[in-house]
Amino acid sequence: MSSAEHPRKAFGWAARDASGVLSPFNFSRRATGEKDVAFKVLYCGICHSDLHMVKNEWGHTVYPVVPGHEIVGEVTEVGSNVTKFKVGDRVGVGCMVGSCHSCDNCANNVENYCPKMILTYGSKYHDGTMTYGGYSDTMVVEEHFIVRIPDNLPLDAAAPLLCAGITVFSPLRYYGLDRPGAHVGVVGLGGLGHVAVKFAKAMGAKVTVISTSPNKKNEAIESLGADAFLISRNQDELEGAMGTMDGIIDTVSAHHPLLPLIGLLKSHGKLVLVGAPEKPLELPVFPLLLGRKLVGGSCIGGMKETQEMVDFAAKHNITADIEVIPIDYVNTAMGRLLKADVKYRFVIDIANTMKASS
Amino acid sequence: MAKSPEGEHPHKAFGWAARDPSGALSPFHFSRRENGDEDVTVKILYCGVCHSDLHTAKNEWGFTNYPVVPGHEIVGVATKVGNNVEKFKVGDKVGVGVLVGSCKRCEPCQQDLENYCPKVTLTYNSIGQDGTKTYGGYSDMIVVDQRYVLRFPDNLPLDAGAPLLCAGITVYSPMKYYGMTEAGKHLGVAGLGGLGHVAVKIGKAFGLKVTVISSSSKKESEAINKLGADSFLVTSDPAKMKAAMGTMDFIIDTISAVHPLLPLLSLLKMNGKLVTVGLPDKPLELPIFPLVVGRKLVGGSDIGGMKETQEMLDFCAKHNIAADIELIRMEDINTAMERLAKSDVRYRFVIDVGNSLSQ
Repeated sequence: MSSAEHPRKAFGWAARDASGVLSPFNFSRRATGEKDVAFKVLYCGICHSDLHMVKNEWGHTVYPVVPGHEIVGEVTEVGSNVTKFKVGDRVGVGCMVGSCHSCDNCANNVENYCPKMILTYGSKYHDGTMTYGGYSDTMVVEEHFIVRIPDNLPLDAAAPLLCAGITVFSPLRYYGLDRPGAHVGVVGLGGLGHVAVKFAKAMGAKVTVISTSPNKKNEAIESLGADAFLISRNQDELEGAMGTMDGIIDTVSAHHPLLPLIGLLKSHGKLVLVGAPEKPLELPVFPLLLGRKLVGGSCIGGMKETQEMVDFAAKHNITADIEVIPIDYVNTAMGRLLKADVKYRFVIDIANTMKASS
Repeated sequence: MAKSPEGEHPHKAFGWAARDPSGALSPFHFSRRENGDEDVTVKILYCGVCHSDLHTAKNEWGFTNYPVVPGHEIVGVATKVGNNVEKFKVGDKVGVGVLVGSCKRCEPCQQDLENYCPKVTLTYNSIGQDGTKTYGGYSDMIVVDQRYVLRFPDNLPLDAGAPLLCAGITVYSPMKYYGMTEAGKHLGVAGLGGLGHVAVKIGKAFGLKVTVISSSSKKESEAINKLGADSFLVTSDPAKMKAAMGTMDFIIDTISAVHPLLPLLSLLKMNGKLVTVGLPDKPLELPIFPLVVGRKLVGGSDIGGMKETQEMLDFCAKHNIAADIELIRMEDINTAMERLAKSDVRYRFVIDVGNSLSQ
């Protein structure tokens, strides 16, 4: 029985079935182990993955599920072997809370590719119990999976960096799109896309946003700093930009054609998918070959890189553009998120609005 | 008024051409240009039969301009060199591959990547700088700008070395570009035909562990005993495929028919790379989850530039790598094409042009 699993009472909001509707949920957290950090959750970003999971769209949700993997808070207790953090520190947790620590991927700081990686919610922890995420009042996490949030970053707007941020930062680096003067395209201007624009600009790239919504053009350019904006359904605009981009970060998780995007790449260009459409996409082979182009994927980032990303964001004053909401607005927010009606990430004000029922 | 192929240029030439999408080849009289200052005239001795020749002869890609003289794995002897030619002299053994021209000015050309020049001229079925059609190596002679002529190493057999000019560079180039040259890494080669068998040999020369991935087991013992592959995986054996999941650093996919990518992607380790060098005539289905969750990639590659092609030939000469071939006479080309369509060749036909092409 979930509420009696662990010694520390916890409270959050959970979805109990595939309707995805969230409601108050009493559960428990483990005692702070030697290597653990316990913290009071202050804010938690709403990632589109949370929506997919609460509605069981990927088919592996175990209910009840407490989502949330863009979590920031303040340390309340540290285990006896914890060296990097102390009580009062501002910290964050992203998509992972555990890994095997012994495979090649763990040794190379890419715990996100560890075959035994444990997700912040909906996963089985080392002790066999289910992990519950950040739509809750407290977290207890192994030190290795905690990042420090620099003082100059506002906690609420920094929360989405923990998933959206690292998800776009990692491939910009891995695929070599982080060099000044590179021309980077960003497909989709949502939670991931808007942060990708900010990071790519800070890395010195020229950035073109590729979107289906003409009404996002002004903001993309005036507010986010994009250099250009292409409507993907406008053939003329697409044709004018063919063969001009070194790389494209494609954040769209709906089914969409790859051919026009491959056409936008220069030769040796790279199309990187960070959204994950459920069904396979069509891959035209000729254009890939004739320009020595590639289509690759990327999935969050390791802990070392996540800390680097947060520090980079702090140095360049990059945070997400957010709409802060009280926890009881969460179901409405999910409904709006489904229609992409948010500029550009909801963040739940946990500390001020999540009160345990008596 | 357009000149006939025979009257276009001053030097009579003879070859075999396909005239319609039946793909049937037959004798064809045409002409070659005067040997210019930059040119090398090559008397053709051997020409490999590439699967692209078959696709083009039958207009399977939809852009064949008939009549077409295929052939882009050409080996011969220089019989004339232009005034500005210093790299070659009469009597030299030379090769000509998939390209015979490019703009020479764009970024790819300046980076020795003429194969990615937007104005590249292919050895056949292309329009040359002078506006006339190019005809390939199923013919007695060819005139080529020295930049696109390769020096053929002395210790490589002329006949078995011919397929390196397309098949060889097609697999060598992506191995270098995608970083598949670190000894001890594990390379999968999907498809064991003209491209695949050369990929196995070059992969072994780089010190890689090589697994051949095939739809049937009939080539297994040859792959291991003759070509030197370390192991052989049959895609229709679910238990073996499962055991091989997540074991390969790279895969060179040489399969030119439409085929599922998911089983191949599953064979890759995290951060693994699948490079497709085959040209199916329809798009492939690309499952996205495995790419994202494993940070894997699917890349393409298209032959190589001239500098790299020479490097590849010299590398093969150093490691005694040549293709496994079946030498045929020109008049047997149609039968060979039919057998090629059924993959019934170990592993490349090569036309003995010098000894069998007669008017």
